[in-house]
Amino acid sequence: MKIKSLEELRKIREEHQEKVSLRDHGEVTGDRIEILIGMATCGISSGARETLNAFVEELKKEKIDNVKVVPVGCIGYCHSEPTVQVNVPGHKPVLYGKVKANKVHEIVEKHIKGGTPVARLELEIDFERA
Amino acid sequence: MAKTRTNIMVCGGTGCLATESDKVMKNLEVIIKARGYADEVQVIRTGCFGFCEQGPIVKIEPDNVFYVKVGPKDAKDIVDEHIVKGRRVERLLYEEPVEKEKVNKQEDMPFYKKQVRVALRNCGLINPEDIYEYVALGGYEALGKAITEMTQDQVIDIVKKSGLRGRGGGGFPTGLKWEITKKNESDVKFIICNADEGDPGAFMDRSILEGDPHSVLEAMAIGAYAIGADKGIIYIRAEYPLAISRLNTAIKQARELGLLGKNIFGTDFSFDIDLKYGAGAFVCGEETALINSCEGKRGEPNYKPPYPAEEGYWGHPTCVNNVETFANIPPIINRGPEWFASMGTEKSKGTKVFALAGKINNVGLVEVPMGITLREIIFEIGGGIPKGKRFKAVQTGGPSGGVITEEGLDTPIDYDSLLERGSMMGSGGMIIMDEDDNMVNIAKFYLEFTMDEACGRCNTGRIGTKRLYEMLHKITSGKARMADLDALKQLAYMVKDSSLCGLCQTAPNPVISTMKHFWDEYLAFIKDEGHPQGEGRYTPKNKIGMKS
Amino acid sequence: MTKPQTISVTKPIVEDLPSEKFDELEAFIDNMETTKGALIEILHKAQDIFGYLPRDVQLYVARKLGIPGAEVYGVVSFYSYFTTKPGGKHTLSVCMGTACFVRGADKVIEKLKEKLGVESNEITEDGLFTLKDVRCIGACGLAPVVTVGDKVYGRVKEEDIDDIIKAYRG
Repeated sequence: MKIKSLEELRKIREEHQEKVSLRDHGEVTGDRIEILIGMATCGISSGARETLNAFVEELKKEKIDNVKVVPVGCIGYCHSEPTVQVNVPGHKPVLYGKVKANKVHEIVEKHIKGGTPVARLELEIDFERA
Repeated sequence: MAKTRTNIMVCGGTGCLATESDKVMKNLEVIIKARGYADEVQVIRTGCFGFCEQGPIVKIEPDNVFYVKVGPKDAKDIVDEHIVKGRRVERLLYEEPVEKEKVNKQEDMPFYKKQVRVALRNCGLINPEDIYEYVALGGYEALGKAITEMTQDQVIDIVKKSGLRGRGGGGFPTGLKWEITKKNESDVKFIICNADEGDPGAFMDRSILEGDPHSVLEAMAIGAYAIGADKGIIYIRAEYPLAISRLNTAIKQARELGLLGKNIFGTDFSFDIDLKYGAGAFVCGEETALINSCEGKRGEPNYKPPYPAEEGYWGHPTCVNNVETFANIPPIINRGPEWFASMGTEKSKGTKVFALAGKINNVGLVEVPMGITLREIIFEIGGGIPKGKRFKAVQTGGPSGGVITEEGLDTPIDYDSLLERGSMMGSGGMIIMDEDDNMVNIAKFYLEFTMDEACGRCNTGRIGTKRLYEMLHKITSGKARMADLDALKQLAYMVKDSSLCGLCQTAPNPVISTMKHFWDEYLAFIKDEGHPQGEGRYTPKNKIGMKS
Repeated sequence: MTKPQTISVTKPIVEDLPSEKFDELEAFIDNMETTKGALIEILHKAQDIFGYLPRDVQLYVARKLGIPGAEVYGVVSFYSYFTTKPGGKHTLSVCMGTACFVRGADKVIEKLKEKLGVESNEITEDGLFTLKDVRCIGACGLAPVVTVGDKVYGRVKEEDIDDIIKAYRG
C-alpha cells in the first residue's frame, strides 16, 4: 500500500503506536514484555546472535508466550556488548550488559518469570533521546 | 488488567525512600481511591530516576510531567489538580537553578544533558528492519511536512537556521551546501550519502545505518527535494555487510509504502535511492574522490573548483553529505531549527557522536552537545582510564587529527576550538592513550595508515607520506640522529602545505602535534651524543615551511 | 593498497578457471541496465564468483566492457578490497583499527607472521590460511580482535595464538 498523504502516514503511525509505546517510556499497561537485543556488527561479533537464539529457545522451553524478542541496533555500549534491554509494562526499562548466552537462563528465570531484575548485570542508561 | 489512562510513577530508589517517597505513594493511592479513580490511574513504584538530590520524584505518564521534592502532603494537590482537573502543579515543577525557568519534561533537565541523542535517537530502540516501528516513532513525518507544506527554500532556510555543519569532519554548513546546489540549474541533480567511513576507530555511521537506516533515507529525500534532485546514491563500504543488508531492506520497505519512488505523498516529487559499494580506499571519503569511485573509476580526488555542487556525478550538480549529518535532519524539521540551535556553542550547533576507544573504561559511542569538555567525555561519561593509569593524551580526528594533552582537557569542544589546538573534529573518533603509550609509535601507526591509503595522485602525498613513515621507523628503531628530527619536521610541513586533497594535507598532523607535545619522547629515541647541543636542547635550525 | 603485481603479457594462461563461472559473470553483466560507471560493481561480482581477480578475469571484464585492460587493472590495484591472488582455506584477519592497535594488535600480528611464516596478504604453504591485516571491524570493545572466517576472537593475547591456529590445523 502506498502512502499518499501526510494524514495517511499519521494514521499508520497511530495504528502501530502500540509497537513502540512500551519502549519509549515503559509505562503502559498490559502484560506484554519486550526484550531488545543489540544486533549491530559489534553486538553480533560479541555473541548477540547466540544470545538471541538462547532467549528464543529458553522462552519456548518455558512456554512463555507474552514476550517479544526484538533485534535492534546498537546503543554504543561497546564495553558491555552484547547488550539486552528488558521492558516490562509499568516499570522502567532495564538494560543489561555482557549478556552472553549463558546468562539468558538467569534473566528469564529471575526477571521475566520472577519480576526482579538481575542487579549484577544491570547497566545505567546515561543518555536521553531527543 | 483494567484500562489505565494515567500512570503515576513514584521513585522508590534509596535516595527517595529516605525522603519519604513511600508515604507519598501511600497517600496518592488513598486519595485516588477516595476520588474514584482507582481503575483509571495506577500508582507505580519505579527504580531510581538518578536525580536523588531533588527527591522524592514523581512522574506522570503519558503527560511526561516531572515533579520534584514531593512531600506526603503534596499528594492531594497532584491528584486534585493534575489528575482530576488536568492542571500542572506549578510549585512542584523542577526549577532550573540559574534561569529560574520552570521545566517539566525529563529531557529538559540539565542533569540529564551530558548525553543527548539526536542522530542516535532510534538506535537500540527500534527494529531497523521494520519500517512501521520507525513510522510509529514519528518517522517520515518530516519528509511529509517538507514536501507537502514547505517550499524548497523554506526547507533550506530551516537547515541553515539550525546551524548544522557537516559531521563527516569538514564542518561545512549543510544548509549552505544545499543552497549552492539548488542554485546551480540543471535538469539532473544528485544527492549522495557518504557512508564510506574509513577512519580507523570511528563507527558511528555504521551504527546509524545498522540501527536506524530509515532516518538516512528520509533525510536524503528531504535534501533531494530541497536541492531539486530526483536521484540519490548511498556510497557505502563493502566492509559493512550488515549495514548494506539493512539499507537494502529499508529501501525496499520505503518503496513499498511509496515513501521512495514516484509522486511521494501524492505530490510531483519523485525520488529514489541506489547503493554503490566502495572497495576499501580511505581517500574515497573525500567528496570528489567519492564521486569518481561512484562512476566506477579509481577513487582519486579532483582539483577543486569546480566543486561537486557545480560539476559532480557525471558532470551534474551533486550534493554530498555524511550519514550522521543526514540523521540530524528529520528532528530539525520536526522540532524546528531553534530547538537544534539551542544545543552547542556559538558556531557549532547541536550534538556530535564520538567513538571512544583505546585506554578508556567505557569503550563505546556517546552523543553529546557541542561545547562539552573533553574532561567530561573521558572521565565522566567514559569512566576514566583503566587500571588507575594516568591519562596522557587523546587523539581526535583520526589519522587527520592531532593529540590533545591534559592541558587541553577543559577546552569546550567544537569544530573551531579543536582546530585551534592543532587537531580537528574529524568524523568523531577519539582514541585515549595512557602513560604506557609511546607517542612516536602512535604517530608512526597513523602514518603507516595514511601511507597505505594515499592514492598516489600527487607527489607529496604519494612520496611524502612514505618518507615520513620511513623517518619515523628509523627513529623508533633507534637509528636516527638529531638531523633526522629536523628533516621530519620540515617534511611534515611540506606535505601539509602542498598536497592535493584533505587526506594528505592533514596526514602529517599526528607527527606535528606529537612533536609539539611530546618532544621528549622523540629525543629519547635519539642516540646522537656527538651533537653540539646534546640531547633535549635541540632547536631546529631550518625554518623552511614552518608556520607554527 | 594492494601491492603491485606482475602481469606478463607473454605468459600463457595457466590459471584453470571454470567456464561456468565466466558464464555466470557474463549473465550478470548482460542483465545490467547500463554498464556505465558499473566497473566496480562488476568487479565486486567477479570477486564473489571467482574468489579473486586473476589476470584472465580482469581481461575478460575489459573486453566485455570494451575498455582497456589497464583501466580495469588500475581500478583493481587501487582498492584494497580487490585481490589478485587466491586465498587460503581460512582467512585469518587481524583488526588494525586504532583501538586494537593501542591494545596490542601489532604484537599479535607479528606473532602470527612468525608462527605462520608469511607476511600479511600471503597464503601459508599448506594453503590453509591467508593472513590479513584489516581495517576496523567495529568490535572495539573486544580489542584486540582476530577473526577467522565468521568466528571472532576477542581480547587476543600473544599466547592465545597457538590455540587459534591449532583449532583449524586439527
